[in-house]
Amino acid sequence: MALLEIKNLQASVDGRDILKGLDLTVNKGEVHAIMGPNGSGKSTLAHVLAGKPGYEVTDGSVTFEGSDLLSMEPDERAARGMFLAFQYPIEIPGVTTMTFLRTALNAQRKTRGEPELTVPEFMKRQRDAASKLSIDPEMLRRAVNVGFSGGEKKRNEILQMALLEPKLCVLDETDSGLDIDALKVVADGVNRLRSPERAMIVITHYQRLLNHIVPDVVHVLSRGRIVKTGGKELALELEAKGYAGYQDEAA
Amino acid sequence: MNADVHPIRTAAETALIESFAARKATLPGGKAFAAQREAAFRQFEQQGLPHRRVEEWKYTDLRALMRDAKPVAAAPGAAEKARAKEAGRIAAGIEPRRLVFVDGAFAPEMSDLAALEPGLTVTSLAQALAAGDADVAARLGASSTANGDIALALNTAFMGDGAVLRVAPGATVERPIHLAFVYVGESPAAVFARSLAVIGKGARAMLVESHEGPAALDYQVNTALDLVVEDSAHVDHVKLTGEGSAALHLSTLVAEIGAHARFNTFAFSTGGAVVRNQMFVRCAGKESNLRVAGATLLRGKQHVDTTLVVDHALGGCESRETFKSVLDDESRAIFQGKIIVRPDAQKTDARMASHALLLSDTAESANKPELEIFADDVQCGHGATSGAIDENLKFYLMARGIPEHEAEALLIESFVGEAVEAIEHAGLREVLMETVRDWLKGRA
Repeated sequence: MALLEIKNLQASVDGRDILKGLDLTVNKGEVHAIMGPNGSGKSTLAHVLAGKPGYEVTDGSVTFEGSDLLSMEPDERAARGMFLAFQYPIEIPGVTTMTFLRTALNAQRKTRGEPELTVPEFMKRQRDAASKLSIDPEMLRRAVNVGFSGGEKKRNEILQMALLEPKLCVLDETDSGLDIDALKVVADGVNRLRSPERAMIVITHYQRLLNHIVPDVVHVLSRGRIVKTGGKELALELEAKGYAGYQDEAA
Repeated sequence: MNADVHPIRTAAETALIESFAARKATLPGGKAFAAQREAAFRQFEQQGLPHRRVEEWKYTDLRALMRDAKPVAAAPGAAEKARAKEAGRIAAGIEPRRLVFVDGAFAPEMSDLAALEPGLTVTSLAQALAAGDADVAARLGASSTANGDIALALNTAFMGDGAVLRVAPGATVERPIHLAFVYVGESPAAVFARSLAVIGKGARAMLVESHEGPAALDYQVNTALDLVVEDSAHVDHVKLTGEGSAALHLSTLVAEIGAHARFNTFAFSTGGAVVRNQMFVRCAGKESNLRVAGATLLRGKQHVDTTLVVDHALGGCESRETFKSVLDDESRAIFQGKIIVRPDAQKTDARMASHALLLSDTAESANKPELEIFADDVQCGHGATSGAIDENLKFYLMARGIPEHEAEALLIESFVGEAVEAIEHAGLREVLMETVRDWLKGRA
């Protein structure tokens, strides 16, 4: 059984149709890249998968390990192993990163019927994960993303991903706003999480992220549909030729 | 306003007049203080209870809200004191020096009066007035900022007991002093408590006040604290209002701040049916630092009015006023904040903010900031917001696996937590946050 199966997905935002019949199958262990021009529906796909309010699915289905993902609340999706790394991580004043991570991890464990982690157990996991991402422990005591640089916010997303150990990671334009050094730290963090048990969907506009996170499959999304699928060389072709040809094709 | 004559008294007004006539001869302070009581009561008689056409009470129409005046509470007996054993338990975690007031009367045998720190003296107001303490008499009612307020005038007229604290110049009292007020009566009565704290030059002290009582009993509390913070003193003050669900609670803080002083006050309210928390703070010296903050968590039909006047008389003072309220059901929070900058208060830096978080469509918040600036080289600002829980924040938390109810609780906690940060004492911050978490557990 596929980990994620999207069939004829159609979705609208504020009455505008964005996804217009998207099909995608992702198996365990695979890394899929989804590339496409601005406005093609990349972020909408990410938000529909995570269950963001305001995104209305008008047709089609999404199953996650055989269960209907679209009928689940966002927290249930997360507990089942769905993770969205946000393009624009949200600042949460007053909640420390540490409290946030511990609350999230224990909430997921509780939903899954697993025992909650004790504070020392959690602290150890957090410390280990943070050091691999060169995250200053001081940052964990600050409010979530408040006053963080763009690079710190993205690293914080990857830290959450590492601690929550999801089955499917959706990375929404994780490369946006990163300089090359920060990009490398983030990509290394993502690569460490690659495993035969985990799949990833890497959404990006540019090919450069895919030099660091090498995908198994590359899809081109245009006007709400996947219009071409190929190997990692497809990303290089897009980088050289741009998206112009695909926009015409989808028209 | 002085043309405002009330030929017809309300039941509450009539009861107060009768009660004062019957009691005035036996109230502490005797003849020496009688004139002061009379003068204060005369103010009330002339103006009656404040109502919606009195600007300062616009949102808390006391004449309508106070249907009757309860009889003044009798002196507590052994049974009452036994019921008051747990008074002030909320602050037990910080191991304060607890002074207990049962139905408005000081209970020395229940209070921790052992090994008072050098420089600290504690007496009761009733004792001080009975002993003819001229200093106490002079200080009560000395405020120009609070002058004319009817709630305070009624307190001055009826006050029975309270604490008189003095910290000598230069003394440091590390251990927080906790004034624990509790109403334990089985039928509704009225309590008029008045306290005075004089913190000498360069002294350091921390005061905690707590107010509590039984649920579903419509008792009435009128409490006031006169706080004198002399030059270079450093004072923290936290007031916890956890009155019973049907109580009427009127509270006045009158603070007079000297030069180069630090004063932090925080008002935390979760209890009471109708609460008026008024604070009159006057910067009488130069270059002092003030933090005036508060948090209010309300549900049901609770009504809490925070009315603040910060009067900058002399220059170079910095004041920060930050108030937050969380409102569920049909509750109502009012914030009226006035900053006055007098002509001699150049270089004043004052910033006021009030924020309301509405958890239901039927909750209501009213914000009325006022700036009266008579100096030309000052920085003054205010901001007010009112809104529901941010859906984007909630989604972010839920996307990490936190269920909706818990995500909301975390966001509410952090909203209140930002205000609570103003309290310097870490243990007390934790006391408050624990109360916030308890409150959240009671949320449907």
